[in-house]
Amino acid sequence: MQVDSDGAPTPKEFMDAVWGAVTKLYGEHGASLTGLALISYNAEEKTAVIRTALAALDIVRASLASITSVASKAAAVHVTAVSGTIKALHEKL
Amino acid sequence: MKRTFADLHLRLNLKDSATASRIVNKAATLGYGLIAASFLPETRENEKVEVQSICSEAKIDFASRVDIKPRTQEDLTHYLRRLRRRYEVICVACENKEVARKAAKDHRVDLLNFPLLDFRRRFFDRAEAELASKGLAALEIDVRPLLVLEGPARVRLLSNLRREAAIAREFHVPVVVSSGAANESLLRRPRELAALAYLFGLDEVQALEAVSQNPVSIVKRNRQKLSPDFVAPGIRVIKEGKKVEKS
Repeated sequence: MQVDSDGAPTPKEFMDAVWGAVTKLYGEHGASLTGLALISYNAEEKTAVIRTALAALDIVRASLASITSVASKAAAVHVTAVSGTIKALHEKL
Repeated sequence: MKRTFADLHLRLNLKDSATASRIVNKAATLGYGLIAASFLPETRENEKVEVQSICSEAKIDFASRVDIKPRTQEDLTHYLRRLRRRYEVICVACENKEVARKAAKDHRVDLLNFPLLDFRRRFFDRAEAELASKGLAALEIDVRPLLVLEGPARVRLLSNLRREAAIAREFHVPVVVSSGAANESLLRRPRELAALAYLFGLDEVQALEAVSQNPVSIVKRNRQKLSPDFVAPGIRVIKEGKKVEKS
């Protein structure tokens, strides 16, 4: 995914924003179903790869779309590709 | 066939052409093939042309849209008579039930929009949906408040939208999901808009139709009607024959 932000958020700030969005929309129970984990984060290009449970894909997509700020700076997170394996994901990109 | 995605509700500030240009370019980058900027009935033709030129520079299809806020049924009829042939999309902001009912059954209305924060004035109930299903109007849902609101206000809005989306589905009223964005940071990719539509109960197919097929078909239908070849629904001039001279 691509982080569209004025600043350069750190991986922790990015994941805090993702967890915050999931928790706000679906609560702690919903967030616990997602199995979210950060796989890689490129601060220069502002791109990230996250892992999530397939069953929670819709939840995570909606939550990511609802992000409006990262580390108190206006931001949007755009999903560029979704794939079942990291190898296939890199091939897609 | 490749899907064309559309965002029929961009709120561009016509006095700030630099920002308007950035928003249009951003929409093109995010994958939209068609956008509509909302104008007021008083908007001058040259402002419309300016937005049109910004869109052609960004290589994105542009549809003109007017947002009207009639107070009475007569007001609505007056606006429709005046504006129908000048704009490709007409959206009625339904401020009261009388206007909402008239707008739902009038074939000249394309989109029905309801006040997002005043929940008592969201008149999209079963009666409204039944009227809309016999007309051509679609229910428009802006996602901007979903992004801006938090806490109980967002919970109430989602609950209302879920109820309205279910009614629209039951009566086969098309739903159009738009961004309603006035700045770049509130623009989302079409699939992200569809993901947000999941929050109010649209499934994947319906959500994707709400950002592609439904808005595109409204613009296509009205472009056909506004074309000089249009005679009546289903009838258009294909070729003009030679003038027959009386002997």
